[in-house]
Amino acid sequence: MFDNVDWTEIGRATVDTLLMLGGSLGLTVVFGVPLGVLLYLSGKGRLAANPALNAVLSFVVNVLRSVPFIILLIVMLPVTVLLVGTSLGVAGAIPPLVVGAAPFYARLVETALREVDKGVVEAGQAMGGTTFQIVVRALLPEALPGILAGATVTAIALVSYTAMAGVVGAGGLGDLAIRFGYQRFQTDVMVVTVVLLLVLVQALQMLGDRLVAAVSHR
Amino acid sequence: MIRLEGVTKRFRSAAGERTALDGVDLEIAAGDVFGVVGRSGAGKSTLVRTINRLERPDAGRVFVDGQEITALDAAGLRTARRRIGMIFQHFNLLNAKTVAENVAFPLRLEGRRGGDVDRRVAELLERLGLAEHGRKHPAQLSGGQKQRVGIARALATEPKVLLCDEATSALDPETTEDILTLLDQLNRELGLTIVLITHQMEVVRRVCDRVAVMKDGRVVEQGATADVFLHPHHETTRAMLAEGEEAFDASVVPAGARLAKLTFRGAATYGPELSRVARSVGVDYSILSGRISRIRGEPYGQLTVAFTGGDAEAAVARLTERGVRVEAA
Repeated sequence: MFDNVDWTEIGRATVDTLLMLGGSLGLTVVFGVPLGVLLYLSGKGRLAANPALNAVLSFVVNVLRSVPFIILLIVMLPVTVLLVGTSLGVAGAIPPLVVGAAPFYARLVETALREVDKGVVEAGQAMGGTTFQIVVRALLPEALPGILAGATVTAIALVSYTAMAGVVGAGGLGDLAIRFGYQRFQTDVMVVTVVLLLVLVQALQMLGDRLVAAVSHR
Repeated sequence: MIRLEGVTKRFRSAAGERTALDGVDLEIAAGDVFGVVGRSGAGKSTLVRTINRLERPDAGRVFVDGQEITALDAAGLRTARRRIGMIFQHFNLLNAKTVAENVAFPLRLEGRRGGDVDRRVAELLERLGLAEHGRKHPAQLSGGQKQRVGIARALATEPKVLLCDEATSALDPETTEDILTLLDQLNRELGLTIVLITHQMEVVRRVCDRVAVMKDGRVVEQGATADVFLHPHHETTRAMLAEGEEAFDASVVPAGARLAKLTFRGAATYGPELSRVARSVGVDYSILSGRISRIRGEPYGQLTVAFTGGDAEAAVARLTERGVRVEAA
């Protein structure tokens, strides 16, 4: 039944997918949270309202979000080589994945921060907090459920991005599905990879939901 | 303790410019519970926010404890704010933190940590009857308990002034009473100066030594609560006081009656003055409306009576002699 399935290959592809996902998700959070905070803070009526900065950040984020990921992968090639020394494999896939996902995640962080009651900021100011203290000690902890839910959504989006990363030879389950399952009509490979991706997405969603529940105190 | 001089604040929006505060002068003495009342949009909330400069006035000066708040730089303002506590209508607690962490929050902002903070938090929780709630999250508490946490947090840095922005407006009457008793107690025990913004006249009646009435960004009337509430001059004050009071129908006034509004204060409230005077001058009276209550613990009675069948003027003169204030009704 699974005649065409090379389980070693499947195993390696699974590990590649997980590596790409882990690496790019970590960096997406590292860049996305500060960017989201800046988008929020520079917004109208916020703690560090700055219309010019907000307009620039917003424009950059929108541009990056509007470029189809497959195009981004190719456009990014020289930058990727510059950053990680190669445009191939897992390492080569991570820069475009982060550039594709961080602006998306930053918007989710911004939204989560906006949902924090303005009164919390006001109380922080009334207690003599600096903007930095208010962000780090009040706003981010209050927005944590939203920030984690956003990370879950982003992680799942990254799973589907990794499939396209096969174009630059990144490997992974999605790549396997395209090259064997689709291009060589090996339906069994297609089924196995899709089931594994499904399990991965389910697991990410469950993990995300649990984390959100654990930090929610509403 | 707090002085406002010509404080003006305008808000600009797409709809145009709106003057929220229009040259407000106000003086609040140390240890007073000072009420600011007015309808929504009168500028009272903006007023209290200029005291810790959550709203920066466009003109005028604000002083707190001898320091000009309006002249401070950012760092100076943060230091000054730590000596001005504030509580809010919707409590503004940190939902992600426990009750104890909420109370510790202002101390953490000062960079304090360790046993010193724990001791202060335990002391505050004890004082506010929250000792067994320290490890809960705000969502597990009732409205009254949440406001107690808000008060504990506001007091953590030992402020001299407590600003209350509609602090009881989201609470039921019983809880409101509970919080007011607490504020009253803190005022007496700690000598805390309290500025209380509210649209609830009962709140002012209950705890405020002095009151200012606001309308359209101006203070239209101010003074000792009993004076302002028993003998209001401005129509806004009258209208706000009249709400919820039963007005008598003109048809119940006896023919040829002389109407008078009598105000008794202090011990006289419970005395037989009216009956004695009526007997001595041989006049009858009917009580058309009235209220016997307390303002800031001081008893008062205010009755609208109709004198009939005798020398009403003599009765009025006799009552006035005995310290009862008589006004036209």
